[in-house]
Amino acid sequence: MTYHLETAEHPETLRRVAIDPVSRVEGHGKVTLLLDEDNKIHQVRLHIVEFRGFERFIQGRPYWEVPVMVQRLCGICPVSHHLAASKAMDPIVGAHHLTPTAEKIRRLMHFGQIMQSHALHFFHLCSPDLLFGFDSDVAKRNIVGVAEAHPETAKQGVLLRKFGQEVIRMTAGKRIHGTGAIPGGVNKSLTVAERDELLKDVYTMIAWSRDAVHLVKKLHDANPALYNSFGLCRSNMLSIVGHEGAMDLYDGKLRARDADGKLIFDGVDCNNYYQTIEEEVRPWSYMKFPFIKALGKEDGWYKVGPLARVQNCDSIPTAFADHERRDFMDYAGGSPIHASLAFHWTRMIEMLHAVEGIKELLHDDDILGTELMATGERKREGIGVIEAPRGTLFHHYRVDDDDLVTMCNLIVSTTNNNQAMNEAIRHVAKRYLHGHEITEGLLNHIEVAIRAFDPCLSCATHALGKMPLKVELVDAAGQQVHELSRGL
Amino acid sequence: MPHAPCLIFAVGNESRGDDALGPLLLREIARRLEAGAASDRYELIEDFQLQVENVLDMAERQLVLFIDAGHGTPAPFNFYRPQPQAIGHSTHALPPEALLPVFEQVLHRPPPPAYVLCIRGERFELGEEVSPQARRHYEAALAFTERLLANATVESWDALAGMP
Repeated sequence: MTYHLETAEHPETLRRVAIDPVSRVEGHGKVTLLLDEDNKIHQVRLHIVEFRGFERFIQGRPYWEVPVMVQRLCGICPVSHHLAASKAMDPIVGAHHLTPTAEKIRRLMHFGQIMQSHALHFFHLCSPDLLFGFDSDVAKRNIVGVAEAHPETAKQGVLLRKFGQEVIRMTAGKRIHGTGAIPGGVNKSLTVAERDELLKDVYTMIAWSRDAVHLVKKLHDANPALYNSFGLCRSNMLSIVGHEGAMDLYDGKLRARDADGKLIFDGVDCNNYYQTIEEEVRPWSYMKFPFIKALGKEDGWYKVGPLARVQNCDSIPTAFADHERRDFMDYAGGSPIHASLAFHWTRMIEMLHAVEGIKELLHDDDILGTELMATGERKREGIGVIEAPRGTLFHHYRVDDDDLVTMCNLIVSTTNNNQAMNEAIRHVAKRYLHGHEITEGLLNHIEVAIRAFDPCLSCATHALGKMPLKVELVDAAGQQVHELSRGL
Repeated sequence: MPHAPCLIFAVGNESRGDDALGPLLLREIARRLEAGAASDRYELIEDFQLQVENVLDMAERQLVLFIDAGHGTPAPFNFYRPQPQAIGHSTHALPPEALLPVFEQVLHRPPPPAYVLCIRGERFELGEEVSPQARRHYEAALAFTERLLANATVESWDALAGMP
């Protein structure tokens, strides 16, 4: 495996295409395409500026504040940070084994998060591209357009997300700034009334989630030439897996496969993640580039998230989702699929798994229990790893004698996917961007590739009027030769 | 339980500088409403962003007020009635303009009268305090909010929004 992001022999002769910021992903992103004299893509750089400061923001805080505070890092998946931080803080309070109620409430919360995030991502952000086409009228290519042309699909997207949010509200205590998970356990379980309220709708949610998987599969069947090649990015794949290699989004051991599906490592304790993964800093980006140490930085980069997880595990422990996983694996004849649009197919398989998992937990009386906290011998260091909606999320903390955080290292899903996103964009840009004119449709092809990964670019800042999109083409001498802007 | 007739929905993240303006104002509104007799007329909701499912929060309301920080928007604040608008390129978050047509498509009826109070912010970096300029804008918006709550009717709010 090789990559060519930094390999242009004479970068001073390249023409620069800037897309700043990337729309329909969070916050500030900027794509720089460096063209040569023949208008061929030589370099691609996805700049993400908002990741700076996260670790510093957390240092010096009391450890018990951290699971609540880190929710402010991301407006889309606050629960993932909440749970990863809580897992990391468990050993710090001596909770090396949670009570059954605490673990199952956390798992329920996590399934709610996976469900709402995947529903939002697919129905709101990506279905307009997939249902109308990447070059379709921009005025229609949005959730309102989907609602007009496919009202039932749009309605299901809204209600699926709402259901996931309700699961979070009942397990975390609030819609936002939830406090449900705390170091050592949880501070509430479900009441019978809450459980029964969720049970009323869960079977409808399962049916709709199955429909969503079939919708994506139909799109792949209708246009395999596009879906099997768009944003193709052959890479290693990383995730945690649970008992006997089954998908487990809440807890497990690290497993990595290469682009052909062969195991690189398996069964690595998450507490030893830094022995297998290293982070590289590059001068042009605030975001680090993680890689598998044993393979080195040239060949060791990987992708995380639904596409990696579904292909990394040996099974999914819920029936409908596992049936869909096998269909997906058969689609490519058993070889791993690396085309970026396949993220959506696997994302919907995971949403189905999450809803099935919610149903199973709602039938488990442990979620009504009263044993909420565990205690034991305290430690000064904790590592929490979880499969967040966008991929593997690492939280690593050390605390001092005053219980203040002295060290924090976060590797968020988007950072894990950093190199893979650059590769996918480069693949798309090489194929679709030639010449001097940047059309909206061409730009959207790049954005479609980025949206497949669903990066959290800045997380929760969204102020009104803050997200215009500007595209400029700059020649080798630094002169702008073309610009394209669009506002909200 | 019946919905309160007026929904006030504040959007923002307190850890990101002036993005905190919406939640801060909502908290002050809550404090003042608690002291008054009309608190059951209002439901206050806060979130990081507006999302598609928030149309369900708008159902069965007579009035909806969105409070949000703005970047490059009129200072100290802007109060207006958003017009339904399909948004071609958005982030995960929806602006109020895009929420209105989603409401109609999902619930098959027109949305309730909705208004936006957009307070201009200047800095939105992680870990920053609210900037001094934005603090002044907040004070002006708070005073304006008193007028909104004193007469929470479509006629009154239309007049304040400069609607004919």
